[in-house]
Order: sequence, then structure tokens, then C-alpha cells
Amino acid sequence: MDLIRRLLLLVAWIAASPASAQDKFIVVASTTSTEQSGLFGHILPVFQKKTGIQVRVVALGTGQALDLARRGDADVVFVHARSAEEKFLAEGHGVKRFPVMYNDFVLIGPQSDPAQIRGGKDILEALRKIKTAGAPFVSRGDRSGTHMAELALWKIANIDIEKEKGPWYRDTGQGMGPALNAAAAMDGYILADRGTWISFKNRGNLAIAVEGDKQLFNQYGIMLVNPLKHPNVKKDLGQAFVDWVISPDGQKAIADYKIGGEQLFFPNAK
Amino acid sequence: MSEALSAALALLVGLDSRLVEIVLLSLRVSLSAVAIAALLGLPLGAAIAVSRFPGRQAVIVVLNALMGLPPVVVGLLVYLLLSRAGPLGALGILFTPSAMVFAQSILILPIVAALSRQAIEDAWREYEEQLRSLGAGRMSAALTLLWDTRFSLLTTILAGFGRAAAEVGAVMIVGGNIDGVTRVMTTTIALETSKGDLPLALGLGMILIAIVIAVNAAAHLTRELAQRRYG
Repeated sequence: MDLIRRLLLLVAWIAASPASAQDKFIVVASTTSTEQSGLFGHILPVFQKKTGIQVRVVALGTGQALDLARRGDADVVFVHARSAEEKFLAEGHGVKRFPVMYNDFVLIGPQSDPAQIRGGKDILEALRKIKTAGAPFVSRGDRSGTHMAELALWKIANIDIEKEKGPWYRDTGQGMGPALNAAAAMDGYILADRGTWISFKNRGNLAIAVEGDKQLFNQYGIMLVNPLKHPNVKKDLGQAFVDWVISPDGQKAIADYKIGGEQLFFPNAK
Repeated sequence: MSEALSAALALLVGLDSRLVEIVLLSLRVSLSAVAIAALLGLPLGAAIAVSRFPGRQAVIVVLNALMGLPPVVVGLLVYLLLSRAGPLGALGILFTPSAMVFAQSILILPIVAALSRQAIEDAWREYEEQLRSLGAGRMSAALTLLWDTRFSLLTTILAGFGRAAAEVGAVMIVGGNIDGVTRVMTTTIALETSKGDLPLALGLGMILIAIVIAVNAAAHLTRELAQRRYG
């Protein structure tokens, strides 16, 4: 076993030599919605210019991002599922959670609208109608923030989706973009975060079916991973990023990000 | 399709500096991985080809089977090794190009070892008596055969390179697809597909194929020239 370990170390050492030298960096575990909507591409250069700290974003679903940090592989988490974040804090993996910004979820559906819900404001009513009509519904199924929000909505609508789902409920286990691609291909309904939806290009016949319900509120939070639990966490650099994101400068950078004149995220740090 | 073609052309004509960076990183990672896999895999293949030991057939079967290692499994294993909570976590190379080289090396090592084992064993069968009559031990026979079969071993190495350049599962997990740090051709294609920008994704795919063809053409040319010169 020791020999194998040494061999592995040797290979790792050979592999390590061409690594790029950039010592001031942190790893942020975040979600596909923040990365793929282009938000990070917009705000990170501002932060790097000010502090010289490079932020390396690994974009995953919220559940996976938190798991990554649980193993000590990230310095900061920037996600959107409050209950999962609070569980993470309670386990001692995070230092403190700060609200950063919000946007909202939208229910996307085909123009043909088989469940007759377009233009509605009540998301719970819409979900019930989809189920009654047996219209195709695409679920992320990947423990992402959006997936957790979807499951919570079914629950509030008094539908036990685990028991009551039929062939109309399609669990894809994929990121937001691939799930939207799937929904476009099968003319299905799907819950999406507005940021990804605005920046998504392969819409096919899809359009927003339901929006504006209070229940569709989508809050993002940021936490430094606990250095007491994970000693390799870059405490000072990570904290500097957290502090900047919730500072007036960081909040302004977030508010300034627009696609086609439309603001994607609304800062609300306290 | 024509949209993809024009996206590919626009990227090439514009010689986008970010695209160049991504292409260079892809080449650097996959070529490093091939170099490491060749360094370890060729001697391993040669050693298995000329030696006889109990369980040899089983080793060969397993080695051949490992050619089909799913990249995502290799990625997961390497991730668990390199994770801070894992045995090699102290190296701190997760989410760096080094981690990607590490994963791809493991992925293509069986390909290089298994294919070179076959090529050298065939040559061994042909020249065994001759080599023995010259008094060559197994060790020196292996080295001689490695040199003698070098032109067919080039194809073996190209097979390894092709696999490394094409895979997305392993580099996505251990590299994290970090913009400007670990984003390579295949992970960029996966990302653009996620964003629903299918023409751009397909355009990038065309460029990737063109690059792999160029590398293979270069190898082919080198081989032709060398063969002409040294017979």
C-alpha cells in the first residue's frame, strides 16, 4: 500500500510541475445559475482588480456545492437553498451566512400550454393543474437549489410528488441548462431561475407560463467555510471576498449586471 | 449545422484570445497525460509481454478491460484522492491542471499498456529465438522490442491521446471547469451546451476535431520521415 502511495505521489508530482503559479486565489463553490448567467464573469474582474485575489468558481448544484465544501475543497460557498445552508451551518462547516441577493423562479412551459396555466400568478394552482392534466414536467432531480425549491412547492401545494408522480414527471438529474434543453425538446413545463432563463438560448417553443408569485422568491447566501473545521481554508482571502460581496461596492456590481437591459439579480445584503 | 460552421469560422477568424488559451490548455493537459502514460505504460506493456508468471492471463484480461474505464469513474476516484479530506489532499492540486493531467494519465495508462503489450508480444513471438540466441535476457529483449516496434507504438500513443483529448467526465470533476484556470475544449463544449448555445458548442466541437486531426497528421508525418531515414 505504501508503494502504491509513493507511486501516486510521484505521478502527482510530475503532474504538478506545469501548474500555473497564482498564489492569491480562493475556490468558491457556487451554483450553475450564478456562473451560467454570466454574473461571475461580470463581478469577479471588479473584485480581482481591487484586491488582486483571483476567484476560482466551481459551479455545481447547491447540494453538490455544499458537499464539496463539507470535504474542505472550497473556501467560500455562494448558493441558494436556505434550509440546506442552515443545515450546513449547524453542522459546523460554515462560519456565518450572509444574504447577498435575490431573484425569482419562473415556471416555464410550451406555447401550446396543455395544462392551461399561462399568464397565471398562482404557482401552486399551476402545479396542481399540470399534475391533473398529466402534462410533461421536467425536474432537475439533482439536489440543486432549484430542485429543492421545486420539491418544497409541490409540498406546499399538498402534493406528495414522490408518491403521486406519473410518467409525466421526468426526473433528469441534470443542471439547469441541460434540463431546459430537455424541456424544450419534449415541450414540457419546468421550474427555472430567472437568471438562467434570461441567458438561455435554445428556447424552442418555451416561454414563461407563471411568474410573480411570492412563493417563487429565490434568495442567495454566502458563507466562509469554517477554518476551525477545515484548516486549509484561506480564511483571510475568503473573508475578503465575502466582505466585498456584501459591501456597497459588491452590491452595486451585482445590480449593474444586465442582459438586454434586464437586471438579473437584486442585491439585498443587510 | 451551417450556423455551427459559421460559429467555428468566426471563432477561428477572430482568433479569440480566450479560445487560444483554452485550446493550449487542452493540448498541454492531454499531451502531458500522454507523456506520463507512455513513460509508465510502455515499459509495463513490454514487461508483461516478455515475462511469464502465474496469473498473467488474468492480468492481461484486466488490463484490456481497463481500456474501457469510464472517465467519470476515474474523475471521481481522483477527486476522492485529491480532495482535502482524501489521502493526497495535502498536495492541494484539486481544481488545477495538474489534477486533470493526473486523472487523464490514469485513464489512458491501461490503453497504452494493453496495446503496447499486444504489439510487443507479437514481435516477441517472432524474434524470441533470435534474441535468445544472441544471449539477450528478458530485460534487454523487452528494451530491444520496444525500440523495434516504435512505429506501431506511436499508434498506441495516439490512441491514448485521442481518448484524453476527447474525454469530458474526468476533467470536469477534478478540474471544476474554472474559467481561465481549468477550462478546456471539452468542458467548454459541455458548458455552451448547458447554456443552450448549440451552434457555438458544435463550432467548438469542429475546432476540437480539427486539432486532433492536426496532432495525428503531425505524428504521421514524423513517423513517415523517420521510417524513410532509419528504415
